[in-house]
Amino acid sequence: MKIEVVDVTKTFGCHRALDGVTLQVDDGELVALLGPSGCGKTTLLRIIAGLETADQGEVLFDGENASGRHARERRVGFVFQHYALFRHMTVFGNVAFGLRVRPRRQRPGRAQIRQRVYELLRLVQLEEFAGSYPAQLSGGQRQRVALARALALQPRVLLLDEPFGALDAKVRQELRRWLRRLHDELHVTSVFVTHDQEEALEVADRVVVMNQGGIMQIGTPPDVFHNPASEFVMNFLGSVNVFHGRVEGGRAFLGPLQVDCSSDHPLARPARALVRPYNLDLDTRSNGRPCFLATVRHIHAAGPRVKVELTTEAGAFVEVDLAPERYQELNLSVGESVFVSARDVRVFVGDEPERSHRLEFQDGDSPTVMDDLRPGTEGRSG
Amino acid sequence: MESGTGVMPAPMIDANVTSVAGQVPSAPVRWTLTAVAVGFLAVTLVLPLVVVFINALAQGWQTAIAAWKHPDALAAIRLTALTLAIVVPLNTTFGLAAAWAISKFRFAGKSLLVTLIDLPFSVSPVISGMVFVLLFGAQGLLGPWLSEHGIRIIFAVPGIVLATTFVTLPFVARELIPLMQAQGQEEEEAAVSLGAGGWQVFLRVTLPNIKWGLAYGTILCGARTLGEFGAVSVVSGHIRGETNTMPLHVEILYNEYQFAAAFSVASLLVAIALITIIGKSIVEWRMQGSLRDSAGIVRQQHPAPNGGLGDED
Repeated sequence: MKIEVVDVTKTFGCHRALDGVTLQVDDGELVALLGPSGCGKTTLLRIIAGLETADQGEVLFDGENASGRHARERRVGFVFQHYALFRHMTVFGNVAFGLRVRPRRQRPGRAQIRQRVYELLRLVQLEEFAGSYPAQLSGGQRQRVALARALALQPRVLLLDEPFGALDAKVRQELRRWLRRLHDELHVTSVFVTHDQEEALEVADRVVVMNQGGIMQIGTPPDVFHNPASEFVMNFLGSVNVFHGRVEGGRAFLGPLQVDCSSDHPLARPARALVRPYNLDLDTRSNGRPCFLATVRHIHAAGPRVKVELTTEAGAFVEVDLAPERYQELNLSVGESVFVSARDVRVFVGDEPERSHRLEFQDGDSPTVMDDLRPGTEGRSG
Repeated sequence: MESGTGVMPAPMIDANVTSVAGQVPSAPVRWTLTAVAVGFLAVTLVLPLVVVFINALAQGWQTAIAAWKHPDALAAIRLTALTLAIVVPLNTTFGLAAAWAISKFRFAGKSLLVTLIDLPFSVSPVISGMVFVLLFGAQGLLGPWLSEHGIRIIFAVPGIVLATTFVTLPFVARELIPLMQAQGQEEEEAAVSLGAGGWQVFLRVTLPNIKWGLAYGTILCGARTLGEFGAVSVVSGHIRGETNTMPLHVEILYNEYQFAAAFSVASLLVAIALITIIGKSIVEWRMQGSLRDSAGIVRQQHPAPNGGLGDED
């Protein structure tokens, strides 16, 4: 079923949780609402479910206005962050609840309920726990019970609020993949809320990045990751190095970096350059490429990539992410001076991150990709 | 039963056995402290109870039973039972409704309501009684209107019921509000999203979760109803066989130097109180069990101190 959210606004006291949010989720899609805490993503999910009412705007299910419909009539499966299992009921009782509270005429028979519940428990691989109470289950098992319970009524929409937020890393990974597989099997339109960008990028068909009650960007995971629409999105979707500086007369001066850019601002304006750690490279000798000097402070070599922490001559912190082979080749040690060069830099201009925009560089067809940086010196060659 | 919960209480048990400095106190100190505690309890709690029963039976079984069978005593017992039968259901219903409203909804004047619920606890029962006399008494605010229509409230059963309701109003609500606030409303919301109606949510989800807290509050409310003296004394008028409750009857007998009779009726009240205490302990024990279960759930939900926090937008 298609969900449309049109210009929804919600205020709690003097805090504006949602500010004119418009969003469309297509039939059978799995969409992630991603953002920092307090950005309004859970409020949006609860408004779609009918657990909260919008001050303004409407929610449409398949083109039909659902705003006037009570939560119990929306046929929405909701999975809560803390599972919200009925603690005095067994797993069986929890999953059967939605079927048992139906009006007498629509209620399936005992045998049918039993069959349906076991069908769902098989789906979430918890058949043998039918008689257990929630307190006897692990976090991951509880979350699966909550999912089975939400699916019992064959909901038109499945909404999940931080479904894996309270689980440990390993269980989270497993459940993530499992949810993706389950969605590919059932094709029920699903929206889930998360503050974990990895989770959103790995599981969702499309990612909705939110901040301060508004939508910052909507796109497929590769799209939002590789083409962030704003400084906030780029910052939120992964670790970045930020270089502060200014744009003046067609050139950006960003700490140790200097970039030519076609700025149409004649006056100097504050700007920031964002570079992902894996887009920085190190060398022990100057190799002719534009670079700046930095000192190695710390090396984390455990893991698939080697993380090197450095400080520039001005004392700024820089993180570089190297392939292990490259690290071995360089034979780095703490305290050593190295040359840092960048492959892909994005410059954002403006005082507030939200209002910043991308600058076009003089050459190159991609507006934000920049592969030629000058250390400290002026001018540039082709 | 929750393996994860065992971690937390362990240091607290240690703290009970050893002193603050981490040393076990020496034997004489331990014995002295224990003796002081036991002696204090014996003097203030056990001895008075024993004295009540000894005095009740001072002139033999026959006198005690005769005191119970006296028409005035029977009338007092009936009146107390009637008050109990009206007040406890009334305040249980009120307490449930108030706790439900306070813990599950946002509305204007919520903190005022919470303060009002506490009022009977902070006001002396005698003053509570006097308030009703000032309201409904012959010279009271509504007195003339009431006497015109032939309604008697003060020096009659309605007054006793009103005063007792006022005094015992907070017990159920006070017991339920923190419990329901701690449980939150996620389970109710889950039930609603699964299609349950208001009553279904209440009967199938809310009530089972609070049943032991509710039972505990109801027992406390009942115990106070049985024993209420101050407020009832002011509004009752002490009419024998008509407006005397059991505590008032005991006082009258005592003032008339009928010590054996007074104590034999008193012993009835004490016996009921003892039964109540046993009931209360059972409920407390069950409630702790269910609290432990839900605490287990809560703790499992927050494995790290900031694991689950900061996500509630």
